Amino acid sequence: MTTNYTPDAKTQLDMYRRAALLKANDEKSRKVIKSGRLIMPYYSYRGQEIIPSALCSNLNDDDYLVTIYRGIHDMLAKGMPLKDLWAEIAGRVDGTCKGKGGPMHLTYPKKGIMVTTGIVGSSMPVATGIAWGAQMDGGGRVSVATFGDGASNIGAFHESLNLASIWKLPVIFLCQNNLYAEHTTYEKGTAVDRIADRAAAYRMPGVRVNGNDPIEMYAAAREAVERARAGEGPTLIEAMTFRFHGHVFGDADAYMDKEQKKAAMENDPVPQLRKRLINDGLATEEQLSHIEKEIEDDIEAAVAFALNSPFPEVSELTTDVYGEGARA
Amino acid sequence: MSDAVKEKEPQITILQAINAALADAMEEDEKVVVLGEDVADPEEGGVVGVTKGLSTRFGEKRVRSTPISEQAIIGAAIGASLVGYKPVAEIMLMNFTTVAMDMIVNHAAKLRFMSGGQTNVPIVIRTMTGTGFGSGGQHCDYLEAWFAHTAGMKVVAPSNTADAYGLMRAAIKDPDPVLYIENLPSYWAPGPVPEPGSTVPLGKARITKDGSDISIISYSRTLNEALGAVEAMNSQGVSAEIIDLRTVSPWDKETVIKSVAKTGRCLIVHEAVTQFGVGAEIAATVSKELFGSLKKPVERLGAPYAPVPFSKPLESAFAPDAKRIAEAAISLCK
Ligand SMILES: Cc1ncc(C[n+]2csc(CCOP(=O)(O)OP(=O)(O)O)c2C)c(N)n1
Ligand SMILES: [Mg+2]
Repeated sequence: MTTNYTPDAKTQLDMYRRAALLKANDEKSRKVIKSGRLIMPYYSYRGQEIIPSALCSNLNDDDYLVTIYRGIHDMLAKGMPLKDLWAEIAGRVDGTCKGKGGPMHLTYPKKGIMVTTGIVGSSMPVATGIAWGAQMDGGGRVSVATFGDGASNIGAFHESLNLASIWKLPVIFLCQNNLYAEHTTYEKGTAVDRIADRAAAYRMPGVRVNGNDPIEMYAAAREAVERARAGEGPTLIEAMTFRFHGHVFGDADAYMDKEQKKAAMENDPVPQLRKRLINDGLATEEQLSHIEKEIEDDIEAAVAFALNSPFPEVSELTTDVYGEGARA
Repeated sequence: MSDAVKEKEPQITILQAINAALADAMEEDEKVVVLGEDVADPEEGGVVGVTKGLSTRFGEKRVRSTPISEQAIIGAAIGASLVGYKPVAEIMLMNFTTVAMDMIVNHAAKLRFMSGGQTNVPIVIRTMTGTGFGSGGQHCDYLEAWFAHTAGMKVVAPSNTADAYGLMRAAIKDPDPVLYIENLPSYWAPGPVPEPGSTVPLGKARITKDGSDISIISYSRTLNEALGAVEAMNSQGVSAEIIDLRTVSPWDKETVIKSVAKTGRCLIVHEAVTQFGVGAEIAATVSKELFGSLKKPVERLGAPYAPVPFSKPLESAFAPDAKRIAEAAISLCK
């Protein structure tokens, strides 16, 4: 059976709605940090928006996601509410983790956002375990681990792929290859030309796609999700993309190739999708402007909500270390 | 010329002192090599620039940027050390040592013993940590107790430029594995320029300030917080003797016991969680050695039993600062 994985107009619009939200949210985040209103380590995902937008157009709320410090795009695409997100990164009590986790550890199980890790490589073993649980549950749910290109050089990547393969787990290993691991270029740190090729060593399908192309990315995600739901096991997707800003906010990115960066920014995938939707007659200018205005208002409201939310009481320092009744 | 316009003593930062120690060691001994994530100059000489300039000066053969592979970084350091090299491996943040614990605990620390002394592992593992930048639960733990608890490991934690330089030089010369802990917020703290070639012996504490009422034992950032508490303590008539442990393990029992024997009171301060921390070891030893002559039970001041929180007010309440040190010391002297 061959399936047509081309997204229909409604799905494409859905992808755009997500991607536009992610883009606007990153821009706002950098503005707010720059103004000094929030202080936090911030890992911009600008340029990588299409990947989770296309992925999450294929997922249900009860599918699982394990993401990383550079993962706010993944979470928003998966349905993390803006207010909960902003209150958390502002360290406020109304945040998804009461302000205790912060931008690198946002968690929102209500939408399947189970773990956000700051440790490179650690999303994969945990997502593998979640997939094991989903397999035992038998409900057809899928678990996704997202991670960067650099993370494919750590032992946890290899152990997870092998385990997921021999147990035929419903997990998708989604590598967002933005060509840099902190200051190290992809070529300098990685022995293979394509991370997708590593899948062969673990007998699972490995595909490299242009992660900035919504159609290609959607199709790859769709195929992997269907495989997982059908009990056929894991898939490795290497989604090629580019990080528009330095590794972390404040990084002057002197180590980045200027030409390469300029070219990538000129091919900004979010406005490109917008243009195509209009050109192909899938949406009108008014429709998209309306969506963007809504997004902007929602973000404004979330920022205001966050900055007006109180900080947690100092007593929160020693709660949640253990469950009730078993405190140190 | 008045005193005010007199030339100020030249100063460098702790970060520069570590850099100078590495450069001088590499210059002196070609067996000294450096490896770690982003340590070479094309990758900006480290995320905060501690190794800046080294690969340009000594070549990328001796100063190697690695993939994100902590096990392989420590394993490679161990292996090279077994065949005559003196690797200085960087693990970017202390929390990432957890990914390489097998290499550190089961191999680096034990190979000398398990081989009956036939082999040894003269490596230095540089790592940085410390709260203060809102980096949350996985990026700023002080885990020194884990390593101090592992027989065969040495652990040092400088608090100033002279020790940063001298301990690094000594650690590189040492025949056994040394964990060298750098405090992130202290990197840019200035201090006197260390004497080139000087070493600070491992296992030797330093009395940073004399006093008569209480001995405050600390290291790394909290040592400087203790110094910051002096004025508040003085104002309450408390004269504190402040000891910089410098080497956490093996620690300088002699200096500590002698001081507490004199003052009769002891407060141990560290940024790590108090429970099962380094302070517990020191407290137990001091209590045993000086049982009967102590004026007050030995006290510890560290972080609460919790992961490091993100939210600013919680993070600020987490690690001991000058104010809390002064309060604890004053209350012990009441
Ligand atoms: C085990 C571990 N080692 C090192 C780091 C420091 N670090 C944080 S992000 C990063 C680069 C990761 O690159 P990549 O996997 O490509 O993801 P990207 O940041 O590009 O999204 C490094 C080295 C870490 N967080 N965890
Ligand atoms: Mg990357």
